[in-house]
Amino acid sequence: MKLFVDVTLNGVANGMIFAAMALALVFIYRATSIVNFAQGAMGMFTTFIAFSLLDRGIGYWEAFAAALGIGLVLGALVQRVLIRPLQGKPELNPVIVTIGLLVVLEGLAGSIWGNSAKGFPPAFSQTGLTVGHTKIAFSHFDLFILGAVLTLMIATLLLFRGTSLGLRMRASAFEPEVARLLGVRVGRILTLGWALAAVAGSLAGLLVAPTASFSPYYMDLSLVFGFTAAVIGGLDSPVGALVGGLITGLCVSYVGGYLGASLQPLGALALLMVTLTARPQGIFARPEARRV
Amino acid sequence: MSRSRRLRLPTRPFPRHLLFALVAAAGFYGLTSVLSDYDNYRLGEIALYAVALAGLSVLTGMNGQISLGHGALMAVGAYTTALLMTHTQLNFVVELLAAVAVTTAMGVVVGIPATRLKGPYLAGMTLILALGLPLLADKYSATFGGDQGLSTNSPTPPGSISAYEWLTWIEILGALITLLLLANLLRSRFGRSFRAVRDDEIAASLAGIHVARTKVIAFAVSAGCAGLAGAFLGVSTGVVSTGEFPLSLSIGILAGMVLGGAGSLMGVWWGAVALVYLPDWSTSISKSFSLGNGVSAYLATIIYGVVLIVVMLLAPSGIQGGLRRGASEIKAFIRRRRGDSVTDELQESEGPAMATVGSGGPEGGWSRGEGPATERTDP
Repeated sequence: MKLFVDVTLNGVANGMIFAAMALALVFIYRATSIVNFAQGAMGMFTTFIAFSLLDRGIGYWEAFAAALGIGLVLGALVQRVLIRPLQGKPELNPVIVTIGLLVVLEGLAGSIWGNSAKGFPPAFSQTGLTVGHTKIAFSHFDLFILGAVLTLMIATLLLFRGTSLGLRMRASAFEPEVARLLGVRVGRILTLGWALAAVAGSLAGLLVAPTASFSPYYMDLSLVFGFTAAVIGGLDSPVGALVGGLITGLCVSYVGGYLGASLQPLGALALLMVTLTARPQGIFARPEARRV
Repeated sequence: MSRSRRLRLPTRPFPRHLLFALVAAAGFYGLTSVLSDYDNYRLGEIALYAVALAGLSVLTGMNGQISLGHGALMAVGAYTTALLMTHTQLNFVVELLAAVAVTTAMGVVVGIPATRLKGPYLAGMTLILALGLPLLADKYSATFGGDQGLSTNSPTPPGSISAYEWLTWIEILGALITLLLLANLLRSRFGRSFRAVRDDEIAASLAGIHVARTKVIAFAVSAGCAGLAGAFLGVSTGVVSTGEFPLSLSIGILAGMVLGGAGSLMGVWWGAVALVYLPDWSTSISKSFSLGNGVSAYLATIIYGVVLIVVMLLAPSGIQGGLRRGASEIKAFIRRRRGDSVTDELQESEGPAMATVGSGGPEGGWSRGEGPATERTDP
């Protein structure tokens, strides 16, 4: 029973991180119909920059904010330089470019910072909270994860539902040509979508870093689980990303707790296959008519 | 002499491909007898990567499906061979064929859910496979040998041939047979269905092609190639362990395929040479620029990534596509100037003799409508 509770709590905390990753993927998929496989690596890179800043004695929250800001710029830059020239090309080309970017960023991080053995410090204590008399596997840091990701989600929903910028973003994703005719600067909106996605990815990177072994590859698994979460959620819905993140987090955590951590990726694969076989467009997506 | 040569080349696909394969085999035979043991070992590696790249090239370039999991499929082939070597005393060829069979079956298992997935979804799913499958061998280390892995033994060569040379011959023979079979497959009904499904699934299904079955067949064929390559890799390194099949192997194979030119069976040789020699080149580059150990360990990885990005942005049809376009432009230029008789010498100087074996379609892969295919020469 104790194991079950701990594994569940752990799954919720992980699920929130996967939800942030999934949200980043959803942002980009909505805007440009591309899955950005470099999302995790971009978050990794900005987190390593934060790590350098911390090393130079800059305060934790300043470094945290700097990582998010650099993520914003990096996202916009990647869209402008690498992705925009590929618009209208076959859909595999941008996929391959983002995979190339993933490898380049990991290689660069490795050659700049090495296989950093030093861990990334958590924002808050990572020892479990005490409820009543028992210690549970849920720490102050996990609470921070929960709060940060929920804030991100609410901000996203407010952006999409409550602001004119969000309306323009939705219009550009829904019908780019019509949006352009109505005066929306679709190109800029797409860049903005990539930039915001990179902020979410950087946040995920900062949240994963204290719990993983901090190497250039530490976001690989988060990317994979975030992708699973995003696909389960339908790839175009922020709420779907949150629910998909929680489902994936719990599933991966149960597989890890009861069967062994090395089976986690295959657990996610099984989850993905089952979901896609039952509902190919994901749980939260609108069914889409195929165009001849 | 050059004027009559064009006429003597067989025009039917199978004899034509067979002729090219035999010429290539003779060339490689000459090469292996000149090279040292070490260079033969590298040549064998080139051949085995050519097999893996050809599988992926057919899948991506001809059928429009992407796979980031071919490293994991190579692991399946390698472990199959290693397990058979550990527990049984079968013939080497039987062990190789078993690796192909098991990996092909694995390809069907992966391919069936893959039929429901479009590009990016499939990429994600196969990415998970690449990360997750090797971990299975860690989990069940009693069977798969864990970190130490399973040891393999090269086949005993007959007579006085060195073991390296013998293995290299087997690998080259395997590569040429694979390429020959693939070249014929692509010129057959199956190959045409592959391309029809790649270009437009709905149109293909209206034309009576079973889209899902075609995609599964393409995935299975591709996986079988990866399995053979994996078995060769396991035998040539002497040990099969999980460390040999990291995600970077899958991405390296993708990079090699993209570099050579997706869908081109000749292009796989460029990609394979790059994969085998890139680690050496990157070490010497970082030495000559004195970049330090930290950089040199990662330079090959960075180059893979840069290759993927640059080729996709600037030359999506890869080296082979570029060569083919260049050759046809030169040919057209010369034909305009001096008439037809010079083209034969040009074709010989254009590159290796098999340049057009696999080019069943008009351009390989994505680059539809980029210049005419060179193999359709006038009678």
